[in-house]
Amino acid sequence: MILTVFGLCPILFAAYLSLFKWGLVKERFVGLGNYAAALTSKEFWNAVLVTFFYVAGTVPVSIALGFALACLLFRVVRGRSAYRTVYFLPYVTSTVAAATVWGWIFHSQWGLANYGLTTLGLPAQQWLLEPRGIFTIIGKYAGVVLPSWLGGPSLALVVVMFFAVWHSLGFVIVVFLAGLSNIPRELEDAARIDGASSLQVVRNVTLPLLSPTVFFLAILSVIWSFQAFNHIYVLTEGGPVDTTTNLTMHIFLSFYQLTRRGYGSAVAIILLVLIVGLTAFQARLIGRRVHYR
Amino acid sequence: MRSRSALRRVTTHAILLCGAVVCATPFVWMVLTSLKTAPEVAQSPPSLLPKLWLFRNYLEAFAAAPFARYFANSFGVATAVLLGVVTTSAMAGYAFARLEFTGKRVMFGAFLATMMVPFEVTFIPNFVIISHLGLHNTYPALVLPWIANAFSIFLLRQFFLAMPEDYFDAARADGCGHWQFLVRIAAPIAKPALTTVAIFAFLGSYNALLWPLVVTNETSMRVVQVGLSYFRTEQGTQYPLLMAAATLIIIPTVAIYFVAQRQFLEAAIASGVKG
Repeated sequence: MILTVFGLCPILFAAYLSLFKWGLVKERFVGLGNYAAALTSKEFWNAVLVTFFYVAGTVPVSIALGFALACLLFRVVRGRSAYRTVYFLPYVTSTVAAATVWGWIFHSQWGLANYGLTTLGLPAQQWLLEPRGIFTIIGKYAGVVLPSWLGGPSLALVVVMFFAVWHSLGFVIVVFLAGLSNIPRELEDAARIDGASSLQVVRNVTLPLLSPTVFFLAILSVIWSFQAFNHIYVLTEGGPVDTTTNLTMHIFLSFYQLTRRGYGSAVAIILLVLIVGLTAFQARLIGRRVHYR
Repeated sequence: MRSRSALRRVTTHAILLCGAVVCATPFVWMVLTSLKTAPEVAQSPPSLLPKLWLFRNYLEAFAAAPFARYFANSFGVATAVLLGVVTTSAMAGYAFARLEFTGKRVMFGAFLATMMVPFEVTFIPNFVIISHLGLHNTYPALVLPWIANAFSIFLLRQFFLAMPEDYFDAARADGCGHWQFLVRIAAPIAKPALTTVAIFAFLGSYNALLWPLVVTNETSMRVVQVGLSYFRTEQGTQYPLLMAAATLIIIPTVAIYFVAQRQFLEAAIASGVKG
């Protein structure tokens, strides 16, 4: 019994500890050389920027949307489980297969998305092949020329983020629904009797009571979005012009195409530090505003 | 007043329906595309329903790539991972909950710490270990790193901790040791927790892409997710076949989902308790 536990530990520990030895490239010790290489390379900082665009573009959207839909869903009596089934469906399907389907919908020539746009009289887009920033594109149609640093995430990255929200929304809704069903109805009813409008009830009663759920979802989805890989690999493989290469993709490409294992591991450690740091930061920032009953 | 609440109900349903349509459209479009001919998917405007319902596309997808092999690989690996995870989490969870041994607290802390480390961070050292063991391109390479995970152990530990001490005392009075108690009594009682853990393990393994991609490079070792991503580049323009393959890959998980929907939702919520 105890032996199994001891037998298990080395597997996990080896994986964990070996991280630190990978300052070595081809058996040569380079110290912090890999870290220096990362921090001075343009590709690394590009990957950091893409990662932050991705986190900023997915986490708040999926939590806000998930919360709104869960609140609506909670009011519905008839058909609630049917809706829930459909909303949860994307979450259980494989990312690879689902992303393949969205890649087809956003196909630059024959995709459904472009058909929709042209039917509405709007110009067709390159979608996943479009490296230009979303604001640049909108600006162009509005007749404004934006400087490149204001371009925002590329349209390809926006499609990737859209997919991420679509895929995880069901999970967010289900967790919120579980949270909502734990709230005593009397509190909301009392607020309503005191003359609060539905929006006021949501803002001043429901949301504070749900703050532990929001907190949990925020931390979990930030961690998840730092790890995003599968759908990026399927939809764009990091392109066009690296505009969807986030840190995970950067690690993968360094390892897979360039066999730079030491460098890849160094970036992986930086990623880990970022995740742990950001989680701790969130815990301090939001944690203080969470109301536990 | 009454008409206002009716209006509200209609808007609620309208918004929810829109959301449901966005969720479901890709699946419908996937199946419809998978039944069309190659010229038909390239026409403009696109046709909604296939002119001819080409169920043959599914056979052709199977002929174009060894999907039967991919499926066998995926199911084999996912089943092995499931069995491994159920075994290790039951045993380690029990040990952490009920046994006393030196270094228990430190070890449990270390286990929990690994939950914070995403796999994307550790795949390179894992790959190096697997290569050193000479396991590159083998089934053990696909299975081994996944047979124990901290979350499942933690879940089972919580379950065993919540179990009344009396059960064990009674069993011991009847001459039952730890092993027997775990196998005969504790594990059967922990069935809900073990089901959750099993669903997670199976789906996680079936849907994984990064690790199989890294650790295998022979066609015969590919799992379905890797197979599909290569199929995309190999048969890039054959969208009906690609959608047929995607449909086939989605079917098993969706089937499990519809059969065990309650467990799925509970599993999702259980993952919400881990923080």
